[in-house]
Amino acid sequence: MKTLLKIFEWATLRIERGAKEKNHPLYKPYSNAIIAREPTSLEQEIKEIRRSGSNRDFDSASEFEMSDIFYFARRGVESIMDDEVTKRFSAEELESWNLLTRSNYNFHYISLRLTVLWGLGLLIRYGFLLPLRVTLAFTGVGLLVFLTSVIGLLPNGRMKNFLSEKVHLMCYRICVRALTAIITYHDSENKPKNGGICVANHTSPIDVIILASDGCYAMVGQIHGGLMGVIQRSMVKACPHIWFERSEVKDRHLVAKRLSDHVEDKSKLPILIFPEGTCINNTSVMMFKKGSFEIGATVYPVAIKYDPRFGDAFWNSSKFGMVNYLLRMMSSWAIVCSVWYLPPMSREEGEDAVQFANRVKAAIARQGGLVDLLWDGGLKRGKVKDTFKEEQQKLYSKMRTGSEIHLCTSD
Amino acid sequence: MGSRASTLLREEEIEEIKKETGFSHSQITRLYSRFTSLDKGENGTLSREDFQRIPELAINPLGDRIINAFFPEGEDQVNFRGFMRTLAHFRPIEDNEKNKNYSGDFIAFRLYDLDRDDKISRDELLQVLRMMVGVNISDEQLGSIADRTIQEADTNGDNSISFNEFIKVLEKVDVEQKMSIRFLH
Repeated sequence: MKTLLKIFEWATLRIERGAKEKNHPLYKPYSNAIIAREPTSLEQEIKEIRRSGSNRDFDSASEFEMSDIFYFARRGVESIMDDEVTKRFSAEELESWNLLTRSNYNFHYISLRLTVLWGLGLLIRYGFLLPLRVTLAFTGVGLLVFLTSVIGLLPNGRMKNFLSEKVHLMCYRICVRALTAIITYHDSENKPKNGGICVANHTSPIDVIILASDGCYAMVGQIHGGLMGVIQRSMVKACPHIWFERSEVKDRHLVAKRLSDHVEDKSKLPILIFPEGTCINNTSVMMFKKGSFEIGATVYPVAIKYDPRFGDAFWNSSKFGMVNYLLRMMSSWAIVCSVWYLPPMSREEGEDAVQFANRVKAAIARQGGLVDLLWDGGLKRGKVKDTFKEEQQKLYSKMRTGSEIHLCTSD
Repeated sequence: MGSRASTLLREEEIEEIKKETGFSHSQITRLYSRFTSLDKGENGTLSREDFQRIPELAINPLGDRIINAFFPEGEDQVNFRGFMRTLAHFRPIEDNEKNKNYSGDFIAFRLYDLDRDDKISRDELLQVLRMMVGVNISDEQLGSIADRTIQEADTNGDNSISFNEFIKVLEKVDVEQKMSIRFLH
């Protein structure tokens, strides 16, 4: 592992040196933010603009000036050049090259040694690692389906639960080997217990496999057709998962009811939920949907952080389909990640679901070293709601209250 | 797709853009990467929808006007050159290049002057005001704000604000400081 890292660093150094020799300006994405942005408030900025020009004594923030427009214009253009949200939906950029063309933005022919090394890496990955992993994957999935169906035939009871646990763990561990995922679990004493809800940040479907190979969870999700559907149906036979029909998903009350029923039954396994609702690229945590936090059960937060140097686990679903994604995963060097089990949290007095969700989100972000964003992951596909714009407008018009002008609508 | 970024932008193009706008080499490549990541249709140009997909821009009350500033008269697509030219207005001007073309004043004027007749009429001023305050202030109050502003600025009595009058009003404000964006090299 460490040798691989050293090789990567050497490779990058070679590229840099080679570029300097040939006077090719190097494209270094990681270390170059384009602009420095300061999060100043609307009021502060406009007051500053006014103050720099006006020599009036009294507080002139109450009247409109033509220069007010500058604040909005500048923020607008800054966000065109670099914004916090859209870059979360594409893969993270790396500092040193890890010998995979897919993460290289700078591929010039630099030196023979480098190309040879790259070619060697290619050979190892596609010729040796990939077939090995694919066979393991097939074995794992096949075993899962077969064994869970067998167990489903047994009568309900302790034996069944025990066996199903063993089977699930074993199959997931095979799948983990299939991806060569090197996982470090931290703080296992905080592992989720029965009757609780486990929430985690979402980067890819592999998250499920990673968590499930260390403990048993009840999964929540839509019933798919095809291979996924077969797997889902057989899993349900061995131990209770919560699968929804596509039509049921829209009905929030139904969803909440089923979840709380499951949670109240203390013999059932903890539920695994990803409240972001979509895959984010593992540099940040986006808004948590409040549904799972309304139920009132104990929440066990889990932070998952991938190390992108060995293989980027982010699934960009608009770019790659599932099969394509899995192939890319299996032909990377490895998937390295850390899983932190955080101490359980419950909703406090006087806290509503949204505040609770934000508190959990902040804890996960802090532990995983991710940026904590308030934006909704749904922005990947949808437009932002107009209410946010109206908030900005309200803020600005509040400033306009001078002695002569009164707001006609109260907020 | 990352590998396309540096191959599609040729060295000569970078040099030309450098001369025209004054951005440095690394800034141009960085902005090109940004341009391509916004270009979902992957056809080398940006449309208005591409801009509106940026959430922070979509909630900016003047978002639509700012987007308009990028598109030349009557066109719906902007290519990388046009993109850079507009962004150059926000670059802080160095002391040794008092290039009158890249001044924040003009962009600000453009944001008000929608029909591009080089005058800000009372209607245009009202429109911008309405965009900034939303529904929170009544028409009459907004009207009186607009009237007062024009009164203060209008020196030749034509009830609208020309570019020169606009500049005079802003003389007191240090435009370059407030309009320019801090770029990192």
